[in-house]
Amino acid sequence: MTDKFISIEGVARRYPGAGGGTTTVFEDLWLSMARGEFGCVIGHSGCGKTTVLNILAGLDEPSEGAVIVDGQAIEGTSLDRAVIFQSHALLPWRTVLGNVAYAVSSKWRKWDRAKVKAHAQKFIDLVGLTGSEHKRPSELSGGMKQRVGIARALSITPKIMLMDEPFSALDALTRGTLQDEVRRICLETGQTAFMITHDVDEAIYLADKIFLMTNGPGAVLAEIVENPLPKDRGRIDLHRHPYYYALRNHIIDFLVSRSKSFAADATDHDPRNVPTVRPGLPELAIASDAEPPTDTSWPGLARPSTSS
Amino acid sequence: MMNSLRLRAAIVSIVLFAAFIGVWHLATRSTGPATNMSPEYAKLMGLTATQGKSAMPGPLDVGAKLWEHLRRPFYDNGPNDKGLGIQLAYSIGRVGLGYLIAVLVAIPLGFLIGMSPLISRALDPFIQVLKPISPLAWMPLALYTIKDSSISAIFVIFICSVWPMLLNTAFGVAGVRKEWINVARTLEVGTVRRAFTVILPAAAPTILTGMRISIGIAWLVIVAAEMLVGGTGIGYFVWNEWNNLSITNVIIAILMIGIVGMLLDQILARFTRMVTFPE
Repeated sequence: MTDKFISIEGVARRYPGAGGGTTTVFEDLWLSMARGEFGCVIGHSGCGKTTVLNILAGLDEPSEGAVIVDGQAIEGTSLDRAVIFQSHALLPWRTVLGNVAYAVSSKWRKWDRAKVKAHAQKFIDLVGLTGSEHKRPSELSGGMKQRVGIARALSITPKIMLMDEPFSALDALTRGTLQDEVRRICLETGQTAFMITHDVDEAIYLADKIFLMTNGPGAVLAEIVENPLPKDRGRIDLHRHPYYYALRNHIIDFLVSRSKSFAADATDHDPRNVPTVRPGLPELAIASDAEPPTDTSWPGLARPSTSS
Repeated sequence: MMNSLRLRAAIVSIVLFAAFIGVWHLATRSTGPATNMSPEYAKLMGLTATQGKSAMPGPLDVGAKLWEHLRRPFYDNGPNDKGLGIQLAYSIGRVGLGYLIAVLVAIPLGFLIGMSPLISRALDPFIQVLKPISPLAWMPLALYTIKDSSISAIFVIFICSVWPMLLNTAFGVAGVRKEWINVARTLEVGTVRRAFTVILPAAAPTILTGMRISIGIAWLVIVAAEMLVGGTGIGYFVWNEWNNLSITNVIIAILMIGIVGMLLDQILARFTRMVTFPE
């Protein structure tokens, strides 16, 4: 963690609450990511995940603290930080090409029409929408719309891609395909990405680092989980990896029980030095052995610790 | 199926129209020459008394007169005898001018109100008070200050068509989806470009709906306004023909007002369809 490409430093967000008080969404949040890393935030609804992302995007301002990206404190939105919205947020009066070209021409104002079009086309091809350039968003399926959203975000070649539960509105099959696409693109281009999700498997497949947040209000970053699975993992055989269940169980355990009681249990929690864990490594595998396995009812699967 | 529905609807429309004309014809036909009337007295009386003819013109009279008007729509025999086309052109011209000025005022102002909560609240009391005022109530004030009846009529059109456009523009602009604004923000799109590339297209259907309501009101008001200011226009024509006791011409004018109003509405409806986007 020597290279801090993104560094969230002591950020808090408060809203004026009912009756003159203030509601603290989260407080004293410290978080950093290296260039080319894929980070995922997991937490229950209301823990301020989206607020963190909006602050990173510059759409929202922190009540306290600062966000530093590539050595510079951010101020407002920037073309360096592209956002893929949960609701895809395509402009319905523009075609697929028009939506992507709008982003391209916003970044490179002096480009002529042909150059903008060629550049946009490259990214439409990249997300596999060749042939649908002249369709309007209303003519596209949910998955295709989100592909356009991805193409639009990528087309401005951002330093960071910010994704707010981008696949949560899609069916499982489409979601899987798009996860593959995003992973392929991020690996190929070395894209730094920050994503919010509810889906544990999505985080395990995509993320290098998984940030676990406790329940709000007053949410804190409890733990950083480093993904022990190899870089070349595939979505299909993910669950066969020896570390998979250790990692999955660790995250699920956190979401089910620890996220509620964390504030009371971890009295010595230092928000500046959040513990980093790598589930599935020998010492942790032994530790997780002590707990009764929760997945024995699933037939045909080797227990993680025995196969490793 | 769709075609057959349209066909059936057209047949019903034609039947209704024929029935209406038939009833009209029967209700207004002559009942035959009156008996027991001295020829000298008959000379003094019109056809109503001598032939038992209804004072109301029948469809054939109106049809014949209409044909006459349509053949020569643009004749000009002095101030009180101009072709129907000229009168309609005057009215459409006034409506067009007043409406255009209203567009130029209402849309930028509506943008301002829609984008700034401060301006919105500050102007709200004025709008609430001014909006319900009948446009004709402005007429004396306009005549007194402007001192020109024709411009006063244009002012009245302006004042009546400005409100629906203003309120709809403000409503449409204020209601642009947050996520579309956020897209523009993350792309560092400047305020002016954002207004034209995101807010305007997003609010356009609502704005056009306001403009469509406005053109309807303007066309309603011009008839009344021209009755007051006189001189030219279809409203003046109606009143003049009433003074001439030419009910036939009044009926023709009513028909023409309806047709032009429909055309104006259709034009705006077409524009609305052009800017409406499916989601």
